[in-house]
Amino acid sequence: MAKISPTKTKMREQPPQERIKNFQEVPYGYSEEEAILEAQRCLQCPKPTCITGCPVEIDIPGFIGFIAKGDFPGAIRRLKEKNVLPAICGRVCPQEEQCEKLCILGKKLQPVGIGRLERFAADWEAAHGVPELPQRKRRTGKRIAVVGAGPAGLTVAGDLIQMGHEVTLFEALHEAGGVLVYGIPEFRLPKLIVGREVENLCKMGVKLVKNFVVGTTKTVDELLEEFNAVFLGTGAGLPWFMQLPGENLNGVYSANEYLTRVNLMKAYLFPQYDTPIQKGKRVATIGGGNVAMDSARTALRLGADYSMIIYRRSRVEMPARNEEIHHAEEEGVEFHFLTNPVGYYSDANGWVKEAECIKMRLGEPDSSGRRRPIPIERSNFRIPVDTVVVAIGNSPNPLVPSTTPGLETGRHGNIVTDELTGKTSKKGVFAGGDVATGAATVISAMGAGRKAARAIDEYVRTGKW
Amino acid sequence: MNKIVRREMIVPNIHLLEISAPLIASKLKPGQFVIIRPDESGERVPLTVADWNPQEGTVTCFFLQVGTSTAKLAKLVAGDEVPTFVGPLGKPLEPQGLGRVVLAGGCYGIGSIYPLAKAFKLAGNRVTAMIEARSSFLLYWEDRLSQWSDELIISTADGSRGKRGHSASHLAELLQKGEKVDLVIVMGCTFMLSAVSEATRPFGVKTIVGLNTVMVDGTGMCGACRVEVGGKTLFACVDGPNFDGHQVNWELLRTRRRAYYLQETLSAER
Repeated sequence: MAKISPTKTKMREQPPQERIKNFQEVPYGYSEEEAILEAQRCLQCPKPTCITGCPVEIDIPGFIGFIAKGDFPGAIRRLKEKNVLPAICGRVCPQEEQCEKLCILGKKLQPVGIGRLERFAADWEAAHGVPELPQRKRRTGKRIAVVGAGPAGLTVAGDLIQMGHEVTLFEALHEAGGVLVYGIPEFRLPKLIVGREVENLCKMGVKLVKNFVVGTTKTVDELLEEFNAVFLGTGAGLPWFMQLPGENLNGVYSANEYLTRVNLMKAYLFPQYDTPIQKGKRVATIGGGNVAMDSARTALRLGADYSMIIYRRSRVEMPARNEEIHHAEEEGVEFHFLTNPVGYYSDANGWVKEAECIKMRLGEPDSSGRRRPIPIERSNFRIPVDTVVVAIGNSPNPLVPSTTPGLETGRHGNIVTDELTGKTSKKGVFAGGDVATGAATVISAMGAGRKAARAIDEYVRTGKW
Repeated sequence: MNKIVRREMIVPNIHLLEISAPLIASKLKPGQFVIIRPDESGERVPLTVADWNPQEGTVTCFFLQVGTSTAKLAKLVAGDEVPTFVGPLGKPLEPQGLGRVVLAGGCYGIGSIYPLAKAFKLAGNRVTAMIEARSSFLLYWEDRLSQWSDELIISTADGSRGKRGHSASHLAELLQKGEKVDLVIVMGCTFMLSAVSEATRPFGVKTIVGLNTVMVDGTGMCGACRVEVGGKTLFACVDGPNFDGHQVNWELLRTRRRAYYLQETLSAER
């Protein structure tokens, strides 16, 4: 056997100086040869540890084995046994924290590029004719309402339709995909891909109803009269702000608004599309997660001269994926670590013109295990800015909890669920994803959806709660 | 897709839009709003609701033609379809029997106070409707409002109809005379909302204003619509759009509404 390459097979990318001028996807993906080369790095462990790191339990060595042999249809079939959205997960999962973290190769060398291979298999299928749709089991006649067409809802819908149930998927916005269409930018996840995956679900028989706000257009109680069970995957809600002076000035956005304008409403194509956005020249993004990286990189593509990340801890504590931080650095995003905003100042027209910040130092670890940031007194300074994007997270969407009697919510307005089944305090109602856990990742929402789908299947078959 | 039943310029620049939306028509309550997207490249435009008919399954809104999106809406004709018409959104204004209620409306807000007049009248209140416009030819729906109000007080800036001036000063006169008013609700432009709130403030009469902020999703996700009420940042789409007018930070509201002035001009010129 040939010696294993110590590093992952490189994925070709648009050069940073080119890509900051467009919204096209950054990595090009593997060619067939590159994919086979990378797949051959997999040791095919008899007891694979990588699978335990995958929230949706993909047979990782299985699908990689098919790629290594050049059997790409075999690979995608194996993937789809567990994952209805491989083209998406291959692009946005934090593999370094999950499957790849547990890859045996990773002990000495770079782990197998599992995410890249997953993406390859899904893209290969899309490029080679009609995707194969998984078989549906015998029809059960049970009807299930899935509320919210984001990662959790799409997974639940995909799983339940295969199990033979009738599934109606309700979406409040005018596009299905949730954060995949309003949040994650085009250059990281092309919307064509999301559209393709949604279309596949519809071809399998999922009935998609857009522009429908569960909670007001119909309440959950009304859905329970028509459906045997309801799954709530309503996702992110009100954005958090820091309650700082000047935070409501013009030019201060929540990341949700900034990204929704650009991605869902296509403000980057303004005035061809009608929704505008402030194309700032000096943009400060507050926060250190993936959403912050997406915002800072979006700002560059909208024509910013300076796009800054302001983060109160240091680089190692940043919750964003390494790849996103790396891409942001390559593109010229400036990182201001150990820095926190304390207020914003405006010009005469009510537009933000300066951010006042304070320097921070790290103290003892807090409840999250990360070292607590402590302000350094009298270290205040001001940065000239014309746009601020606050990317510090959000609370769960309030529309369903506030209109559903008997649905227990937690301290942050999240729907309280049983972790293993997604069951809520209300009979017949399940929930998962950000609305249950608070802001997390696409794949964890999908994992929650997977678990809930199993529990829903059992509940509608047995009637046992 | 929702079908347009009727679209008509009812007075210069103000259009009536009646749209088929049976589910929404069966759910709407006074004070709520809807979001419409005129076409696939269009904005999500929030509109307050002027009437709805659960039997026929239609919803009626008024809008003032100001920019690109409303220009698109103004081109719709019966039989056209719009890709998005979603609702009901926002917290309803639940009518209570309070005594005397003044409902003030201007511009598209003349339409918006109609369902409130009906609801508060049916709840047993004495309803005073006050409507205003620059001139008599900009008034509409007086007949409909008369039907559900005990008095209809008309103001025009040029005095061509009713009293000369604005509802705010006429309401102040009324209160000055010692007439008892238990609740005031105002729908219309930001200027009118703040003027009426200032007029009632010295008399301590509870005044609810229907705010029209910039919005994007309208479902409690983006925060574009944030307003300051009583020193707290709130979200007009889910916490409102109706707030205590004496607590609203008007200066901030006006500034935030101007945020896209330049882009709006650019878009309209295209």
